[in-house]
Amino acid sequence: MQNIALVGNPNSGKTTLFNVLTGSNQHVGNWPGVTVEKKEGSFKHKGALYNVVDLPGTYSLGAYSEDELVARDFIVKGNPDVVINVVDSTNLERNLYLTTQLLEMGANVVVALNMMDEAESKKIKISTDDLSEALGVPVVSTVAAKRKGIEELIEGTLRAMDQKPRKIVFTYGKEIDEEISKLRSLLKEESLPYPEDWTALKLLEGDQEMLSIVDGMDKVKAHLESLHSDNVDYELDIVDKRYAYVNGITKKCVVKPDEEIITTTDRIDKVLTSRLFGLPIFGLIMYLVFQLTFVVGSDFLGGYVETAIGLFGELVEGLLVSIGSPDWLISFIIEGFVGGVGAVLVFVPLIMVLYFFLAILEDTGYMARAAYIMDGVMRAVGLHGKTFISMIVGFGCNVPGIMATRTLENKKDRMIAILINPFMSCGARLPIYLVFIAAFFPDKGGLVLFIIYALGIGMALLMGKIFSKTLFIGESSHFIMELPPYRLPSPSSVVRDMWEKVWDFVKRAGTVIFAVVALLWVLSVLPMGVEPYSQESILGRIGEFISPLFAPAGFGTWQASVSLFAGIAAKEAVVAVLGMVYAGVSEGSELVTAIRGSFTTLSAVSFLVMTLLYTPCAAVIATVKKETNSYKWAAFMAIYPFVLAWVLAVLVYQIGSLMGF
Amino acid sequence: MVLSGVKKNDKCRIKQVMGGGYARKRLYELGLNSGAELKMVKNDFGPIIVSMSGSKLAIGRGLASHIVVERD
Ligand SMILES: Nc1nc2c(ncn2[C@@H]2O[C@H](COP(=O)(O)OP(=O)(O)O)[C@@H](O)[C@H]2O)c(=O)[nH]1
Ligand SMILES: [Mg+2]
Repeated sequence: MQNIALVGNPNSGKTTLFNVLTGSNQHVGNWPGVTVEKKEGSFKHKGALYNVVDLPGTYSLGAYSEDELVARDFIVKGNPDVVINVVDSTNLERNLYLTTQLLEMGANVVVALNMMDEAESKKIKISTDDLSEALGVPVVSTVAAKRKGIEELIEGTLRAMDQKPRKIVFTYGKEIDEEISKLRSLLKEESLPYPEDWTALKLLEGDQEMLSIVDGMDKVKAHLESLHSDNVDYELDIVDKRYAYVNGITKKCVVKPDEEIITTTDRIDKVLTSRLFGLPIFGLIMYLVFQLTFVVGSDFLGGYVETAIGLFGELVEGLLVSIGSPDWLISFIIEGFVGGVGAVLVFVPLIMVLYFFLAILEDTGYMARAAYIMDGVMRAVGLHGKTFISMIVGFGCNVPGIMATRTLENKKDRMIAILINPFMSCGARLPIYLVFIAAFFPDKGGLVLFIIYALGIGMALLMGKIFSKTLFIGESSHFIMELPPYRLPSPSSVVRDMWEKVWDFVKRAGTVIFAVVALLWVLSVLPMGVEPYSQESILGRIGEFISPLFAPAGFGTWQASVSLFAGIAAKEAVVAVLGMVYAGVSEGSELVTAIRGSFTTLSAVSFLVMTLLYTPCAAVIATVKKETNSYKWAAFMAIYPFVLAWVLAVLVYQIGSLMGF
Repeated sequence: MVLSGVKKNDKCRIKQVMGGGYARKRLYELGLNSGAELKMVKNDFGPIIVSMSGSKLAIGRGLASHIVVERD
C-alpha cells in the first residue's frame, strides 16, 4: 500500500482535502510518544488502496513546536511515497516557502493549489504549468471545499509516485554552498538519521534537533564551533535565500492586481476587532453560544435521550428478570450501569451542541480574532495572548487544552498556561452544572452557565497574574499570529469535528466512567448484606469520612463528598455517582428532584464553585506530568486548585449564610 | 522608523529586524524579512495588524518596535 502525507500551512485546507479524499474511511489517533492528534485514512483508486495522513499545519520545517517536529519527522523518517503540499493560492509568497523546504529534503512532492476560487475572486492569476516547470513537480489547482480538482490531484499524485521529482539545484550563495559541502564531507563518516545534505543545511540554520544529533561527533562539532567563534551565522541568510527563490518563481508565474481588493474579511474585521466593540462582541458571542447550547441541547434534544435511557433500562430489567437473573446482577446493571453511565449519557445532546458551536467558531476563523482581542487583557495579567486559544480548547477538554500550549515558545508562558488551563470548564463538568441548574435555576440556565464559565476564566487570569509575579517571573515572548480570512464553514467538516469529540465523550462514558461506576458499585454493596448505596456501605463510609471537610462549605453530606472524590478519577463520575447514590435508577428528572431535596440554593452554588475549580481529573494530571516532565508540577496541579476551590466554596457559603441566603 | 510607528493604511517596506531573539527567525520564516512590503491595517491598541501579500498578521507591539521599516 502506498502512503500519502498532506502537508501545508495552517488553514490551507489540508483537513478539508483529507476528508474529501478519504470520506468516512478515517480514524483519529495519536502520534507515538507525543500527544499530537494524528488523522489517518485511506481511499481506493482504480482498485488500489492508498493510505493518507493529515499532518499538523506548519509554516516551516524548523522545529519550534512539537507539531512541526511531528510533521517533519513523518516526512523524513516515515518515508511517505508522496507528499501532497496543500498551498493557499491567495498567498503563494508565503506558502511556497514550505514547499522549498520540502524540496530541499528531497521529498516526492505534489503541489495542490488550493483555494483557487478565492484566488479567482481576488483576481490573482496563476500559471500552473509554469509553476510546475519551475518547481519540478506536478502542480494541480483545487477547491477542496467544493471537491474540485480532486480527480486531477489523484492523477498527479500517481504520476509523482512513478517518477522522482526533477532535482532542483538550490543555491544559497557561494559562501553557504561551500559551507554545506564542507559539512557534508564531515558528515559522510557518521551515521545519520537524515540525509547528509539536509543535515548540513539544518546545522547551518542552527537547528536544535540537528545540533543534538551531532552532539557526539567531534569533527562536526569542532567545525561548527569554529564557525561560531568567527561569528558566522547563516541562519537568517538561508531563510532570505529561500524567499528570494520563491519570489523569483512567483514573479514568473503569478499575476496579482496592483491594488489590493477590500475583502469581506476586512469589512468584518473592522467591527469584530475594533477597540470599542471587539471585547463586548466576543462576550456576546460566548454568551449566545451557551444560551443556544442550553435551548437546543437540553430543551429540544435532551428529553429524547433521557426517555430512551429510561426505556432501555426498563427493557433490560424486564429481560433480566425474565431470564431469572440474580438480584445482585440486576442491581449492578440497572443501578450501576444504566444508572451511572446513563446519567452521563443524558448530556450527550448538550455536549454535542456546545462542540458544534465551538467547531463553527474555529472553522470560521473567529478563534484567532478572539486571541487577538484578548491579548490586551492577557498581557495585563502577564500572560501571552495565545494562551487564550489553549483556554478555549480547554472548554472542550483540558487535555488537548494543555497540549495546545505547545504553540507557546517560551517556557514561562507555557508553564503558566498549563497550570491555569483546568479552570477552563471542560465538557465533562457541564453535566454537573446542568443537574444543579435544572434543580435550582431552571429558567436562568444560559445565564448561570455563562457566569460559571466566566468565573473559571476570571480565576485562570487571576492565578496567571499571581504565577507571573511569583513562580515564573520574566518577560512573555512576542505575539505573532496569522489572522486567517473568514470562511463559511463547511457543514460536513463542522459535523465531523463535533462528532469526533462527542464520540470520544461517549467512549469515555463506556470505558473510564463505566470502570469508575463499577468500582463504586462494588464499594456500595459491600460489606455483604448492607442496603446498597446506604451510609453503611463502604462507599457511604468513605463519604462519611471525608464529609466533615466540606461541612463549612455547606455540602458536608456523604453523598456530595463521595461524588467529589469520584470526580478526581473523571469529572463525568460526579453526576454518575450522584445518580447512583441519590436516585438509584437515575433518569435525569429523578436525580434533579433528589438534589433539590438535599441541597439549598446556597449550598448548590458553593458546590458548583467547588466542582468548577477543584482538582482536575486524573487524565489532566497525567498530561501535566507528561508535558512538564515533572512529578512536582503534577502534584502541584492536583493540590493548589483543591485548596483554592475549597477556600472559595467556604467563603461563598459562609458569606451567603451571613447575608441570609 | 519602526513598524509600530506606521499609521493605519500606510505602506512600508522592512529594512531590518533588530533583536527579537527567537521571534526573529519566526518573522523571517513568515515572510517578514528585509524587503517585504507591508500595509498597516490596524494600529490602535494591542498587537498591530499588517497585511502582507494578502494575508493578515497580528504582531505584538513590543516586537513591532524592533522592526525597522521605510515608508514607500
Ligand atoms: N473557499 C475555499 N475554502 C476552502 C477551501 N478548502 C478549504 N476551505 C475552507 O478553509 C477553512 C480551513 O480549512 P481546513 O481544512 O480546516 O484547513 P487546515 O487547517 O489546513 O486543515 C475551512 O473553513 C474550509 O472549509 C477551498 O478550496 N476554497
Ligand atoms: Mg486541519
